[in-house]
Amino acid sequence: MRAPAESFPAAARRELANVQLRTNLRKATDTIRDKRARVVGEMPDWEDLRDAGRAIKADLLAHLDDYLLQFEEAVQAAGGHVHWARDAAEANAVVADVARSHGADEVVKMKSLTTDEIELNDALAEHGIRATETDFAELILQLDGDWSSHILVPAIHRNRTEIRDLFARTIAPGIVSDDPRDLAEAARLYLREKFLAARVGVSGANFGVAETGTICIVESEGNGRMCTTLPRVLVTVLGIEKLVPTFADLEVFLQLLPRSSTGERMNPYTSLWTGATEGQELHVVLLDNGRTRVLADDVGRQALHCIRCSACLNVCPVYSRTGGHAYGSVYPGPIGAILTPQLVGIENAASLPFASSLCGACYEVCPVKIDIPSVLLHLRTRAVSARAGRAERAGMGLVAWMFSGRRRFGAAQRLARLAQPFALRLGPLAAWTRTRDLKPMPKETFGEWWRKR
Amino acid sequence: MRVALFVTCIGDTLFPEAGRATVSVLERLGHDVAFPSEQTCCGQMHLNSGYSAEADRLAARFRSVFDGFDAIVSPSSSCAGTMREHYGVENVYELSEFLVHRLGVEDVGARFPHRVTYHATCHSLRVTKVGDAPHRLLQRVDGLELVELSRPRECCGFGGTFSIKNADTSSAMLADKCADVEATGAEYCTALDGSCLLQIGGGLSRGRSGVRAIHLAEILAST
Repeated sequence: MRAPAESFPAAARRELANVQLRTNLRKATDTIRDKRARVVGEMPDWEDLRDAGRAIKADLLAHLDDYLLQFEEAVQAAGGHVHWARDAAEANAVVADVARSHGADEVVKMKSLTTDEIELNDALAEHGIRATETDFAELILQLDGDWSSHILVPAIHRNRTEIRDLFARTIAPGIVSDDPRDLAEAARLYLREKFLAARVGVSGANFGVAETGTICIVESEGNGRMCTTLPRVLVTVLGIEKLVPTFADLEVFLQLLPRSSTGERMNPYTSLWTGATEGQELHVVLLDNGRTRVLADDVGRQALHCIRCSACLNVCPVYSRTGGHAYGSVYPGPIGAILTPQLVGIENAASLPFASSLCGACYEVCPVKIDIPSVLLHLRTRAVSARAGRAERAGMGLVAWMFSGRRRFGAAQRLARLAQPFALRLGPLAAWTRTRDLKPMPKETFGEWWRKR
Repeated sequence: MRVALFVTCIGDTLFPEAGRATVSVLERLGHDVAFPSEQTCCGQMHLNSGYSAEADRLAARFRSVFDGFDAIVSPSSSCAGTMREHYGVENVYELSEFLVHRLGVEDVGARFPHRVTYHATCHSLRVTKVGDAPHRLLQRVDGLELVELSRPRECCGFGGTFSIKNADTSSAMLADKCADVEATGAEYCTALDGSCLLQIGGGLSRGRSGVRAIHLAEILAST
């Protein structure tokens, strides 16, 4: 997986200046957040479901080796092929080989973060195979060479006029209306031919059931269902953490996911398939790509519980200002801040664990109870060990030393009072005073007042 | 009951008025308040900034300084939360939860004839979980008119070193918080944490707003 190209503060600074982004984000995150709160509020056993979701994923990760083998066996028994991919290159090669062996120079794809993570489309293009995104938002991004900024609503940063202009340039010459219905119709006409012509479909997966080898996807548009049924050959790329042990476990997740994600009681389309029927071919690619490294970290591994609902993005006060591109990864928001550094190596994304005010809103809504603030703290410590500059280390060491004795602390307070007029223009305090006043230090500290009392 | 005040490093240095007010409220209710003079910082800044070894040492120091008291009361939900929820020192309380949940007091005999809005700081909501304690106290303050923010539970953007390391994002969050505060028509914005009030107060002051940030303890101490 590609590491962020720049640090979060630098990217955020740029994104914060994007008016369209700020407006869209506020409106969309508010709407989804309220919808989620309503449908979650009507569930008397919501907290029990969250506990169950967490427990199931914890069990999965504790015995992942066994469950993966069980899943492989079940898929094979149902007539599917299983491929193991250590990294993006291996996974991409499997998909390219399957497509080539069927003489396909075009594949249709459903929305899948995992295939974005491995940059499958670019890899296929190198083999002369064109991948067409069939999710409406993903299609928009693909046509414009743009990339996703939200797990659930990838084109959240675009507006309908931009989309109309884009369609007029690409798939629907002459289109004048920017009515969402007309835009959807234009995409539908374009995609229908792609669906009917494609020999190979590519999907991600929301869940894979170890017990039965069943794969489950949930979606809103129905394009996924077309990708998985119309082409004769289907390749499903699945992160190894996407398994659940038993078919009955889906009961828990199919309640947690739509309510947390779109704020719906149930999503419009849920598809399940087990193996392949006669005349059809199913390939399942089990992807590691850094996941086993995350698994080895006993605090950080809970990031692998994630079911990609995006509830944490919608409540995050940082994400809802900066948007997803500031995180420099296909996994934005609070979950991205803990997942990306673990997948690409903390030294390659050291600013991400600090891209949070630690407000805790994410943990409150997470359907599988990932304690994101605790993982952030854990990763901050790792980031400091890996990357902190000498000046920061020395400064923090000095402050800790100063706090370790009352007389030192008192002396530092007196010094700060003297240095105050100059210090405000320097170093960290200058970053503060650029946009905020700093309350002047009072003439007397509390300690001084208490002694005189 | 032997009550100790944990004034916090920020409170000691920048908000002595909140510490004095805390003492005043507790004494008015008939408690003897001690101020263990060796106290400095709970270690939260180091903990939140990735220096957990330094934080652990400061937390250990806190334990020994405050050993032997029945209750440790602080005008900061965030520092109280660090010691209680992260380091497991059970008898540390934020002031409002101490008054309402531990002492069962809601009317502290305060008078503050002003229009006030309350910002629920993140750690008071989600770490110390003070619940409606601040509201119960504010509702019993004579003359006080409480007006709600449209987003009372949204972070002000402080977040400790976040406010420096991610100054732009922090400021964007603050701008929205200040707009929300000003839209209420309040004269004062109150909260349980000096650090968040430093941020909100700094934003309001930079905007030359007529609204002032004030610690809840100061309102409760007013008569």
